[in-house]
Amino acid sequence: MELLVASAIGLMTACGIYLMLRQRSFPVIVGLAMITYAVNVFLFASGRLTLGLPPILRDDAAGYTDPLPQALVLTAIVISFGMTAVIVMMALGAFLDTGSDKMDLDDDRAEDPEARK
Amino acid sequence: MNHWIIAPVILPAMLAPFIVLAMRHDLGLQRIFSTLGTAALVAISAGLLVMSHGNPPETYFLGNWDAPFGIVLVLDKLAATMVLLTAVLALMVQLYAIGSGWDARGKHFHALFQFQLMGVCGAFLTGDAFNLFVFFEVLLIASYGLMIHGGGGARLKAGVQYVAYNLLGSTLFLFALATIYATTGTLNMADLAVKAGQLAAEDAALLRVGAVLLLLVFAVKGALVPLQFWLPATYALAPGPVAALFAIMTKVGAYAVIRFYTLIFPDGATSTGMLYSELLMPAALVTLALGAVGVLGASGLARQVAFAGIASMGTLFIAVAAFTPQGIAAALYYAVHSTIATALLFLVVDLVRARRDSDTLDSTLPRFGQSGLLAALFFGGAIAMAGMPPLSGFLGKLLVMDATRGDQMALIWGVILVSSLLIVVGFARAGSTVFWKCHAVSEPAEPQSRPDLLAFAMVFAMLAALVGLTLAAGPLMGWFDTVAEELFARSPYIDSVLAPREE
Repeated sequence: MELLVASAIGLMTACGIYLMLRQRSFPVIVGLAMITYAVNVFLFASGRLTLGLPPILRDDAAGYTDPLPQALVLTAIVISFGMTAVIVMMALGAFLDTGSDKMDLDDDRAEDPEARK
Repeated sequence: MNHWIIAPVILPAMLAPFIVLAMRHDLGLQRIFSTLGTAALVAISAGLLVMSHGNPPETYFLGNWDAPFGIVLVLDKLAATMVLLTAVLALMVQLYAIGSGWDARGKHFHALFQFQLMGVCGAFLTGDAFNLFVFFEVLLIASYGLMIHGGGGARLKAGVQYVAYNLLGSTLFLFALATIYATTGTLNMADLAVKAGQLAAEDAALLRVGAVLLLLVFAVKGALVPLQFWLPATYALAPGPVAALFAIMTKVGAYAVIRFYTLIFPDGATSTGMLYSELLMPAALVTLALGAVGVLGASGLARQVAFAGIASMGTLFIAVAAFTPQGIAAALYYAVHSTIATALLFLVVDLVRARRDSDTLDSTLPRFGQSGLLAALFFGGAIAMAGMPPLSGFLGKLLVMDATRGDQMALIWGVILVSSLLIVVGFARAGSTVFWKCHAVSEPAEPQSRPDLLAFAMVFAMLAALVGLTLAAGPLMGWFDTVAEELFARSPYIDSVLAPREE
């Protein structure tokens, strides 16, 4: 199970970084979402991977799974969800205002349509 | 338990939704309530500063849960100082925004402003690493809104870049926190300080990974090379008062570095060794050099000020990287100075932009209204920023240089002095192009209908604050020395959080 989780995190991070380095805003946002998924799983795994154990320590329980990372990951999910919504709206606004969805800012040329050729 | 400690977080957190819900359509009411709120924040934070004076750090247990199980807020001298700095800067910037009419150019300026204050104050006060992440997100999400306030294609585009960069930073923060939690099993800062000291040698490598990731996150916040790319475009394209307020955001990064690497990973700790000063010092030197070259090469005033801000962060981090009480005290003095000086210059640039419709260094544009007064203000701000006498930048740089005597003195002093020269040259060129050469071009433009008195008053207030900072340098340094002493003692902070409480 460790191998599966670890490789899933690694693969998602790698895909996310690749997509973030793209030029257009859509792949960048998808890349960001991928990295957020990766970090959420990573956070979850920071409390050690266990199967079928209660989240609270009890006298009759053989072991327990750490509940804190689950609370942390919930916070992280909510925040990253909100942030993704914000960046989608801003990217959309930028696309509608400037007519291009490129991520880079060559601000000197952006104002001058002649120089863009 | 002193409930005033949470007031700097609660007050803006309550005020912002109130402004959105109850007075959405009435800008006048928004201005009154928001300014009153910020003024109250100044009063509260001044009270907290007085309270922290002469007392050990005080802890606020949220929900009355014992540490390290619940979230804590800790008011120590450093936190109190930074919160007061935030509040004072915010009040001046807010009045400027009202005076210049920026807050009327889009919706919800004041609500976002209050949320931003909530995030910044919370980040300074919290004693929990994950809670620090949450407050970082609060201040970031408000800053996204403020950054694109007023709209416009170029601004939105810079905003998207800024958001993407900071989302990546937040992700790194989570990776760092998860790594640290996996090794130590706690995220309470005081508890982390204890646990990191007791860690077995075989676990130290993993903790070191987490610590370096954290340094990267704070470097993104503090615009430290090689993670400074977001800053110039963001600050140059953000509305003037927002850029001025953002001057405190880079200081949040510096604050976090100071907090984490004095408290949790002190120099020479078994798990992390001398890592930070070794990584931080070269990065800080390159940051300063890059900022200075940027000032020299920038094509517009706002961008130039943004690069000057990067250079000042470089100077600040040089003092921090010394990791001595003297260095931290110098860093704090310089932080206060550079926050106000950067904000002042951004406001002056905003006033110029409003009159000239452009901030490019182009000498063919006609003269603009109040160009003499603005030239004088720009001159004052540039002197402060470059670190020339008689303003506080000179004293700040002197203190930083004094704190970095030692083996690497030749290199550090060389970089500081040469970069100061470059900044002087850059600002002199910009000032003469924008303010002098325009006189040769044509008839003076029609003076503005009415100088916005409140806006000018606030710019003068910032200049006065810099003068005050210079005159009161002695007592202030005395205070910063006690702040640094408390940081390096470590045990007062840890004891105030973890000692058993009597009910």
